[in-house]
Amino acid sequence: MRLSRSAKVILGVVTALVFLFIYLPLLLVVVNSFNADRTFGWPPQGFTLEWWGRAFDSPGVREAVVSSLWVAAVSTLISLVLGTLLALALLRYKFFGRDVISLLVILPIALPGIVTGIALNNMFTTILGVSLSMWTVVIAHATFCMVTVFNNVIARLRRMSGGLEEASADLGAGVFTTFRLVTFPQLRSALLAGGLLAFALSFDEIIVTTFTIGAGDTTLPIWILQNLFRPNQAPVVNVVAVVLIVVSIVPIWLAQRLSQDSVGIGATRVKVTEG
Amino acid sequence: MTLQTQHPVPGAPPAAAVPRPKAHRFSALLHRSPNLRLAGLVTAPAGWLVLVYIAALAALLITAFWTVDTFTGKVSTEWTTENVVTVLTDPVYQRITLRTLWIAIAVTLIDLVLALPMAFFIAKVASPRWQKLLVVAVLMPLWASYLVKAYAWRNVLADGGLLEWLGTPVGLESPGYGETAVILTLAYIWLPFMILPIYAGFDRVPDSLLEASGDLGAKPLTTMRLVMFPLLVPSIIAGTIFTFSLSLGDYITAQIVGGTTQMLGTVVYANVGAANNLPFAAAVSLVPIAIITLYLFIVRRSGALNSL
Repeated sequence: MRLSRSAKVILGVVTALVFLFIYLPLLLVVVNSFNADRTFGWPPQGFTLEWWGRAFDSPGVREAVVSSLWVAAVSTLISLVLGTLLALALLRYKFFGRDVISLLVILPIALPGIVTGIALNNMFTTILGVSLSMWTVVIAHATFCMVTVFNNVIARLRRMSGGLEEASADLGAGVFTTFRLVTFPQLRSALLAGGLLAFALSFDEIIVTTFTIGAGDTTLPIWILQNLFRPNQAPVVNVVAVVLIVVSIVPIWLAQRLSQDSVGIGATRVKVTEG
Repeated sequence: MTLQTQHPVPGAPPAAAVPRPKAHRFSALLHRSPNLRLAGLVTAPAGWLVLVYIAALAALLITAFWTVDTFTGKVSTEWTTENVVTVLTDPVYQRITLRTLWIAIAVTLIDLVLALPMAFFIAKVASPRWQKLLVVAVLMPLWASYLVKAYAWRNVLADGGLLEWLGTPVGLESPGYGETAVILTLAYIWLPFMILPIYAGFDRVPDSLLEASGDLGAKPLTTMRLVMFPLLVPSIIAGTIFTFSLSLGDYITAQIVGGTTQMLGTVVYANVGAANNLPFAAAVSLVPIAIITLYLFIVRRSGALNSL
């Protein structure tokens, strides 16, 4: 198919406009974090570093960041273990219910967050009578973070031949030794990529979190939501939002560099073609 | 790992002769029995998914048919279809359901219109170097916080905000906070979820096929319609599943830029929190679940579910 030059130019312009549409609002948040005007009128009348200073001094923000980091770390750890086990099982073995399980693992991310949220809330409070806490948040997050690790590991396993593992077993290495010395080193960067994505996903999550968090606890997104509508906190919210953008972009960028074979976005796998 | 390894090869380390510690015996047992290995791998993750997630979804379905004791405010396990009947027949909830459905469809269509030319450009027009760069550029905001993106649009749409400033010279007004704002913001938030599967779909169409079509005399538009589009349908549907399903369950965006706009999620959230009526919230949440299940059922035969 030979496209005319003008068709190519039009497509390029449309693409550029959509990218503008994607990045402009994010850029606006960054600019507004320095905007001296409390109501963020546009164009800004002056710039200030006051909000940044206030954000760093706020004990509420600091506490929220710490609990967000803790939740993300624990959920990532759980999903690393469960996601890897599941990927190994589904790719290396054929068994009854295999298709059902492969559908099950994407379900928590394919169904809207509100469904996952209220289902878990209902199970914890009504059925089990457990009071909500940071641990119920971790259980909820690990459930939907599993899929990012699973996707990255299974993509890597597909490219790996079983030959090295067979050789290792033939040479007398036990099952665990083979995993430690042969399988794991090949999976390492996929695990790092999947783990980083899981971490970012958990760190940012809001909908499921609002349904599973205890009354006195706050994660960073919960803190933002609580302070969003308070006029004198709004400038600080802007700063926190900028920090969140940066914090989530760094792991994505790293994950992208680590997993050259594929990028797991939720349940979609996109192959990045080699240049 | 093959069966031959059960018999030590001559010259192999004499591991079998030495009395083995416990860990070795366990490892040998695992080595001999693939079923045991499989059980060891699959039990924990499958158990987690079933015990945590499937159990929770099942419990949700059951709770929808329970009720709340008006005096104690506790959930009582008396069976009733009242909640479900109210959700389906009360005009208020019918209106909210239709509005939510309309928002989800509008968001999906907007994202489709924006994603198609862009994905095509990235996959088939851009040079390989640019292609890589542009994919990363699409991916980055995908992971930027949902909340931050909704909040960014609150800034954009605000009184005296960026949109008003851009629009006033050309005679356009900012829609302000309301249903239009919800559609715009959700379309913005879920756009990467539409671009990526469609891009992957375009990328999978071999160039040779398009060249062949051109060589046989087809104009670009004909090639697109007869060659590219049929191959792309599963990817398009995969994209719509995300944008549709994610919009259908939203309530935070409605809260941030929606003004007084109520969506199904808003009702669910209000009944879990302030109104403290979990059975009713459960009944409302069955609506998006039913709609999505129906949608998945309809598109199942297109093969889209395999490209999820």
